Amino acid sequence: MDVTLKVKRFDPETDEAAHFEEYQVDLPEYGAVLDGLLAIRDEQDGSLSMRCSCRSAICGSCAMKINGKSRLACKTMVSQLKELEGDVISVEPMGNQPVIKDLVVNMDMFWDKVNAVQPYLRPEGPVPEKEYLVSNESMMELAVAMNCIMCGACVSDCTVLEVDKSFLGPAALAKAFRFAGDPRDGHKEERLQLYTEPNGVWDCTRCFMCVSACPKDVAPMERIMDVRAMAMEAGLVNTRGARHVDAFASSVKHSGRLNELNLALKTFGFIRAGIDLAPMGIRRLFKRRLPPLMHKKIATAKNIARLFDKLGV
Amino acid sequence: MRYAFWPGCVSRAGTPELYPAATAVAEKIGMELIELEQASCTGAGVLGERNEELVDTLNARNFALAEQMGLDTLLTICSTCQGVMSSVNYKLREKPDYLAKINESLAEEGLEYKGTVRVTHMMWAVVEELGLSNLKEMVVRPLNGLKIAPFYGCYILRPRYVLGMNEEHAHRDQYLEYIIEALGGEPIDYEGKLRCCGFPIMTINEANGLKMVSNHTLEAKDMGAHALVTPCPLCHLNLDEFQPKAAKSAGKPINMPVLHLPQMIGTALGFSVRDMGLQRHIVSTEPFIELSGMPRR
Repeated sequence: MDVTLKVKRFDPETDEAAHFEEYQVDLPEYGAVLDGLLAIRDEQDGSLSMRCSCRSAICGSCAMKINGKSRLACKTMVSQLKELEGDVISVEPMGNQPVIKDLVVNMDMFWDKVNAVQPYLRPEGPVPEKEYLVSNESMMELAVAMNCIMCGACVSDCTVLEVDKSFLGPAALAKAFRFAGDPRDGHKEERLQLYTEPNGVWDCTRCFMCVSACPKDVAPMERIMDVRAMAMEAGLVNTRGARHVDAFASSVKHSGRLNELNLALKTFGFIRAGIDLAPMGIRRLFKRRLPPLMHKKIATAKNIARLFDKLGV
Repeated sequence: MRYAFWPGCVSRAGTPELYPAATAVAEKIGMELIELEQASCTGAGVLGERNEELVDTLNARNFALAEQMGLDTLLTICSTCQGVMSSVNYKLREKPDYLAKINESLAEEGLEYKGTVRVTHMMWAVVEELGLSNLKEMVVRPLNGLKIAPFYGCYILRPRYVLGMNEEHAHRDQYLEYIIEALGGEPIDYEGKLRCCGFPIMTINEANGLKMVSNHTLEAKDMGAHALVTPCPLCHLNLDEFQPKAAKSAGKPINMPVLHLPQMIGTALGFSVRDMGLQRHIVSTEPFIELSGMPRR
């Protein structure tokens, strides 16, 4: 199978900026993008730099942007790409991290963020004589997050990290879930406090980019939502994020529909909302675009409220 | 085609120009929309953070209401509602035991979801059911010379398996481009089109949300776009309403008109500025109106 790979090259010693170079390689039908890159390095240009090791989607070394999406080069089949996304395959280094050379990025920030969530068990109390016993069910929930191979694909595609490098990011926060949810850990509350601080779980936009990028179905965004739920459950409700969820729930419970005006007032608090939203209100007034000031209930709102009550919300 | 119709809360409040524009366009292109008057908010991803089962129950209730009216397809004009409904529907169909449990809650209201409803968004229905060639034939005022930046929004793109994009609908991430072309316009390609508008964090980290707004609108502007179009009212809220503030933070003017998808279709089908509510946006749509040559009323 003839394959055209367009690879982004950058050598800090000779290049001012990165540029694409095109290569033709011959691969078997079952060839992966990584096979193509290795063929280039072996047969055409020995200076092409990349990270790779196991070739089996286990070591997590070869995450890169392939046709603009972050994926593992060893797990991404060329024949499938050609069929679904076109003949020329573009390969670039991961996003949101500085490029060292060609397809190799500096992952210091990635590791710093993972370390910041205390990614290790901190049991409390006397050390048991035998091993800690945990139920199968409690570990099943965590198993999803344990599948993480720390490849960085989620961080590479994160839309919040694109605008704010201080966000803890999907990989670290999925790891945070893994330890906050572990029954053997003795510092759940302290952890949840840490994870709900600014730059933590509430800063996620819920864009699903990391869910799409993750090659191991960790679905980091879903784990971030799990930590939000754990935090609210534990009574950590005095954050903008938690207040927003609460105001949202009470609006729908009351009327069956979302009352946007009320939502803004409750999330921001009346004074801040007044100051912040007044200019927008005035702009809207001129455009005859005010939301209905009297929020209407649907006729069956009582049935909705009953469903809320039934589930304790 | 007949559809059970769920407009979403935002189409009548936050972006009140969307509901009348969408319903007028639907009538014109032969989509019969039967509104689910007793449907509730889908939870918009927010409610699920409190209680997932509640969200599944509320959406199953909406689906049951559609079934009760003898309708098999539920159409929405809100990407976010579509995203939540699609993922709940996917889950309920995969887990019959769980659906049975949910139905116990619905039984108190005399409702049952049998699992027959298909969820769609107006953008999908235009391409998949009306068809682009039929749409093309209806155009009376082609968007000639207009460069339009598509902006999808997250919930109509991801996760692909929930949205049927791993199977028969692999190209749903190109429908905006297809529609722009069918209407005679020129879609522009830019990085931001598949990214997040920033709306979900506006109440939590406004600075980050505003950066997303200015990044995407300025990029579209640099690529020569006359307007940006979106199938998501929440993206519209952020990209239009917060654009003046985003421009201030970015330190440069933006002035990028942001259209709802039905407004763009309506423009090409002969509707007026007034019909489509284009005068009600926060960012002036004048440059688009003038170039399109649409009548004022």
